[in-house]
Amino acid sequence: MNDLLAGLISAFHLIVTLDHDLVEISLRSLQVTVTAVVIAAAIGLPFGAWLSVTRFRFRRIAIAVLNALMGLPPVVVGLVVYILLSRSGPFGVFNLLFTPTAMIIAQVIIVTPIIASLSHQAIRELWYLYHDLLISLNTSKWQRMKALLWDGRRSLLTATLTGFGRAIGEIGAIMIVGGNIDHLTRVLTTAIALEVGKGDFPLAIGLGIVLITLAIAINLAIHILSRTEREGRW
Amino acid sequence: MVSSILPLTLKDAVVRKGGVQIVGPVEFALEGGGCSVLIGPNGAGKTTLLRLMHGLEKARSGSVSWNGTQKDVRLRQSFVFQTPVVMRRTVRENIAYPLLVRGRHKKEALVEADRWIDEVGLSASGHKEAHILSGGERQKLALARAMITDPDVLFLDEPTTNLDGASTQEIEALILRAKADGVRIIMATHDFGQSRRLGDEILFLYRGQIHERGQVEDFFDHPTTEEARTFIDGDILV
Repeated sequence: MNDLLAGLISAFHLIVTLDHDLVEISLRSLQVTVTAVVIAAAIGLPFGAWLSVTRFRFRRIAIAVLNALMGLPPVVVGLVVYILLSRSGPFGVFNLLFTPTAMIIAQVIIVTPIIASLSHQAIRELWYLYHDLLISLNTSKWQRMKALLWDGRRSLLTATLTGFGRAIGEIGAIMIVGGNIDHLTRVLTTAIALEVGKGDFPLAIGLGIVLITLAIAINLAIHILSRTEREGRW
Repeated sequence: MVSSILPLTLKDAVVRKGGVQIVGPVEFALEGGGCSVLIGPNGAGKTTLLRLMHGLEKARSGSVSWNGTQKDVRLRQSFVFQTPVVMRRTVRENIAYPLLVRGRHKKEALVEADRWIDEVGLSASGHKEAHILSGGERQKLALARAMITDPDVLFLDEPTTNLDGASTQEIEALILRAKADGVRIIMATHDFGQSRRLGDEILFLYRGQIHERGQVEDFFDHPTTEEARTFIDGDILV
């Protein structure tokens, strides 16, 4: 209980004084997560739409695999990305290991199936409603996907924010491929793990509160900016 | 105006779903002009036959042919569904959508949509989200969206089902106006009164087959088949 109270006080102090390290770590967390989510959304949303409007031989298997990939263990992803980016790995020449780029790559791999699967589920329901109309209007597959992505944008926003939530709280993969290097790859989650290891629970809790506040603030900001839940809007 | 994509010719066309024959074999031709009404009991295959003609269903055997290339034919016909499909957009964006997918500029399409919004009497709702419309208004939206492409042929699947008298009257007025403008109407309905008010000829469908075809008055006054007589008399047709 004392640790929690001390954590709250610590968080308050860190935020009010705009602690330099906290600001740096938070900004890096945001930079890595937002970049990863934008890339994952750019891949996952169209893929979810394509999967909804396309019939092919192994479609059901593809959907089952995609759903299963939502639960991809981050530590395993981290390990695979580590091997691929390490000096002896196929992409070792790019020197990406222990950089924010490596962390982004790992997060994209973790988050893309989540966004793709959730968007597929949302778009599939909309496709069921729109199917006859869009076929009747002789639309191309691209036009159908475009209409479904646009009209389903609010459900897709939720799918993307779910991916954001998963990414900003992720630690297993980015610890492995980022290395938690001070002023280079340290982010909020890895910093929390470090402080716990050092036994500095108040600071760890303080960082945790900042992390949760940041995640909620981003979600709220996006909802407000996209004007969801307004009367008379989808 | 004689629609150039007509005549529509069905030759021994059959539709099967899940091993069950829903429609067919049917064989008839529809020439240009007027309103043909598909009438028949529930499960007779009216909707499936309309969908087959429009191209939403494929014939398992036999053929459905129009006068024109496949692309031309698809672009010159419209379909209004029994339950109007309302896109998650404003009313004017819904109505403009068919023009957008045909490559028209958005600004131009919206101007045209505004004209149709006035035409169908939805002026007060043009900028509102379409999902807040009532059943009758949704059907007007669907009609405006079908008519904005200036189709040669308009398919209507029970367009006034579940609507009140006033809404039915407004929808029928719009259909009559389209018909007067030379649009070939092919519609399915349960409503005998509506068949008389809108139709020029009746195609009586029973168990997936055309049992009788004739002018509206002839059909209702002098049905030639026992099934049609039973149906018109309001007796149960098994």
